[in-house]
Amino acid sequence: MAVSEKAMPKAAAQPSRLKKLWEGMSIIFESKIAVIGLVIILFWIFVAIFAPLLTPYTATEQDYTAQNQGPSAKHPLGTDSLGRDLWARLIYGARVVLVMLPVTDKFWLPLGTAIWGVLLGLLAGSTLGLMGGYLGGWVDEVVMRLLDAMMAFPVVLLYMIIIAAVGASATNVVLAIAIVGTPGIARLVRSLTLDIRTRDYVRAAEVRGESPWYIMFVEILPNARGPIIVDAMLRVGYAIFAMGTLGFLGLGLPPPSPDWGSMVAKGRQYILSGSPWAALWPSVAIGSLVVGLNLFADGLSEESTRYQ
Amino acid sequence: MTTMEKAHAPILKVGNAAISYETRYGDVEAVRDVSFEVHRAETFGVVGESGCGKSTVAFGIVDFLGANGKIVGGSIKFQGRELVGRSEDELRKLRGDQISMVYQDPMQALNPSVSIGDQLAEVLTVHRDMPKQEAWRKSIDMLNRVYMPDSANVMSRYPHQISGGQQQRVVIAMALLNNPALLIMDEPTTALDVTVEAVVLDLIEDLKRDFDTAIVYITHDLGVVARVCNHVGVMYAGEMVEVGSVESIYKRPLHPYTQGLMRCVPKLGATKESSILYPIRGRVPAPKDRPTGACVFAPRCDYATDCCYSEKPSLREIEEGHRARCFYSEEIDAGAWRPPKGLVPELALGAEEEGQEPIIRVQDLQTYYTQESKALLSLVGAGEKRYVKAVDEVSLEVPPGKTLGVVGESGCGKSTLAKTIIGLETPRGGEADFLGFDITKPVSERDVKLIRELQMVFQNPDSTMNPSYTVGHQIGRPLRRFNAVPPSEVRDEVVRLLNAVRLDESYYKRLPRQLSGGEKQRVGIARAFASRPDLVLCDEPVSALDVSVQAAVLNLLMEIQQEYGTTMMFIAHDLSVVRFFSDYVAVMYLGHIVEIGPAEAIYAPPYQPYTEALLSAVPIPDPTAEQKHIRLSGTVPSALHPPSGCVFHTRCPRRDMLPDGGKICEEKAPPWQYNTDEHRIYCHIPLDELRQMDPVVTTD
Repeated sequence: MAVSEKAMPKAAAQPSRLKKLWEGMSIIFESKIAVIGLVIILFWIFVAIFAPLLTPYTATEQDYTAQNQGPSAKHPLGTDSLGRDLWARLIYGARVVLVMLPVTDKFWLPLGTAIWGVLLGLLAGSTLGLMGGYLGGWVDEVVMRLLDAMMAFPVVLLYMIIIAAVGASATNVVLAIAIVGTPGIARLVRSLTLDIRTRDYVRAAEVRGESPWYIMFVEILPNARGPIIVDAMLRVGYAIFAMGTLGFLGLGLPPPSPDWGSMVAKGRQYILSGSPWAALWPSVAIGSLVVGLNLFADGLSEESTRYQ
Repeated sequence: MTTMEKAHAPILKVGNAAISYETRYGDVEAVRDVSFEVHRAETFGVVGESGCGKSTVAFGIVDFLGANGKIVGGSIKFQGRELVGRSEDELRKLRGDQISMVYQDPMQALNPSVSIGDQLAEVLTVHRDMPKQEAWRKSIDMLNRVYMPDSANVMSRYPHQISGGQQQRVVIAMALLNNPALLIMDEPTTALDVTVEAVVLDLIEDLKRDFDTAIVYITHDLGVVARVCNHVGVMYAGEMVEVGSVESIYKRPLHPYTQGLMRCVPKLGATKESSILYPIRGRVPAPKDRPTGACVFAPRCDYATDCCYSEKPSLREIEEGHRARCFYSEEIDAGAWRPPKGLVPELALGAEEEGQEPIIRVQDLQTYYTQESKALLSLVGAGEKRYVKAVDEVSLEVPPGKTLGVVGESGCGKSTLAKTIIGLETPRGGEADFLGFDITKPVSERDVKLIRELQMVFQNPDSTMNPSYTVGHQIGRPLRRFNAVPPSEVRDEVVRLLNAVRLDESYYKRLPRQLSGGEKQRVGIARAFASRPDLVLCDEPVSALDVSVQAAVLNLLMEIQQEYGTTMMFIAHDLSVVRFFSDYVAVMYLGHIVEIGPAEAIYAPPYQPYTEALLSAVPIPDPTAEQKHIRLSGTVPSALHPPSGCVFHTRCPRRDMLPDGGKICEEKAPPWQYNTDEHRIYCHIPLDELRQMDPVVTTD
């Protein structure tokens, strides 16, 4: 309708940056499921950042007097077979997933392993997708057939091949997530590019004689950001799941680091002997975070398409 | 009720209807206080610009307002029975199959995976419980009645296998199968080419007579209204501002808005001066910004007084059967209207400089698209290649500072011609020379100096601007790229350009989504002119805009052209707009230019037969104008296999003028016949015979 034709009142023509940001955020609060998702995600980010303040224990501290215990006042979520506090391991484990990437023993980068993996995948996937979609022709054929070949491998198998080849470490997990995520992202970006490249503003740039790289990254990519952001949210969820899988198979972070996947793997031996806690909590953590990210992505895409 | 009274009772009577939509900002009244009636065998036209509530009225009648729309007041009586306030089920019973609708895009109204015969017959088998064979037979009858050629065969085809005009005929046939008492048509010809539109409009004319149906016809095109309607309601900002018979409204429009609309519609006038367009100031207010208790048109009205802002005029009868919603309808006289200062640019007429070297010269240009055959051999590059001859043997010249209009139906190659000149397509043959540069090379191989002299204005206002960047950034980009001004002065230059397109500095920081269609198009123009190019190609720059906005943008383009002395190529399908805008006109058909010359010469005899057919198809916003009735049969042939000889011979209505029924047209390509030095015609018919034809349009 004519709502878009509305003249912006003079005073509101240049809202402050903060206000603009707030207006962008307010779209999230329109959707209930997005808010639920966001609360779950923020909970895990909060506990990960403030882990040292939230527990008196460290992730590797062993208490031989209390092995395989249920929740108690001393250990809120119980302990594992080596008497380590599960709450401490869980929240220190969240750190690796969401807020820090240990590169070496001393050196770490902000943002977690899962997020770095998705970001690298976005970089590679967007570039390949833009090239395939915008340049077309044989570039498109070569790039897309190679990516198709990669997609033919079962995801878990691909993860195992990559980790087996380069060894288990946090940076290699990032690499594996990025490589496995690239074909899917490239396909998405390519299809968005195919649509956007027909717009008149792309033709206007061509008429100005802009280089293909300028057109791809400056004219096209910013207008594909909506679907890419939603897809990235979902991919962080898959990445967390993948990390859990790798950890479970023993291909994740080397012990004794608090890896959710390896916690489940270790804890599952004791489920039948009456101590399900060590396997239960990390499973709940992975599940809740993946569900949270999915809800958030769903809500976001729903709201953003509704008011286009 | 006696039979006599019943015959005179209106089929549809809408009284003070108000319709509102629920939105994020609360209820918004899209339509208010709309009243009209439609009688048997009569067409009632609803006209107005976009956002005025025309379609809402149509959907309100059938209650297809969606989940968030509702009728909040007034009454809608269909065959004497009230429709407002009834439940869904009752409505369905009341309306039954008595109301049919025809929409704008026939391709979306037809199911692409069901054959046309099945779709038509389904209407009868489902609604009337008719046996399949009888339904099939009746459907063929109906197709014949809408003049569908080869109707029995069309029944077994699928929608994509017939042309757009034929699809719309199928949709109309489908709507008529139930013999409805009321037919609602929502812009049924807007998506069609002008020659096809003319045929569909003829059909609609015949329908009222043959079927005794009442028609509500919704359109933005005043020319179409003049051709098909008996009565007209002019809508503005959700209100009916003027209602009357077609003759009285066109002869003596009583509301200032109607008068303004008439002034900004391009007419197929005889001279450039008589074609000047006068835009209406300002723009249509959004539904939530409409004033209450005041005249909705007052902010844009030249006659408004204090009274118009404090009191709402009612729709009152001024002449018999002619009502207007204005306090001053008796006093204001459209004939005495003079444009306020600065509304239109001064036209530099008569300043002819003879003998100028053309700035661009194109010789036998050919642009073909290759289509690989589906054979396996083509995979290794050995297959037979076929060519779509989008542009074939095109030659033209444009003197500096002048405008060449390029007209033709969709698919005639006019956009490809523009793309070839700008360098987005590489020609296969021919020569093209611009300022001494060879422009047959693609843009990536061109010199930056050449690129900055050749710029383009695009068609679609919604995609001409990149939604991610501010207006200022986008106008500044060509300045920075071509180093047109030092980096520190870019901002000032952008503001200057904004002012040149009549936008103030506050637009610098706005994003495209905060602009209206007309404003976006202005920014697109500013961007194209930023590098001070010598040649600007305009690809249908106004075809997506409302008439009042279109007039303003056209005037603006003309003004900037005069200021900068820019040469332009103006591509359009609308012959009236081209008439107004161009010094020279080229008429294209199937990749060929069939007639080219000074604008005056194109719009007067001698005509190339295709030009003549195009001109006679243009809807003219004047019910008294005399127009020749020439209709083209068939569809534009595929450019993959263009006809031999003259490309137009398969549809040419004038072939009979030649001996043997125009056998030569099939065998030999026609010669260029020079009427004057500048005016040439691509036809076998001798010029003397072409000269003797009457003009297509005569107005008094």
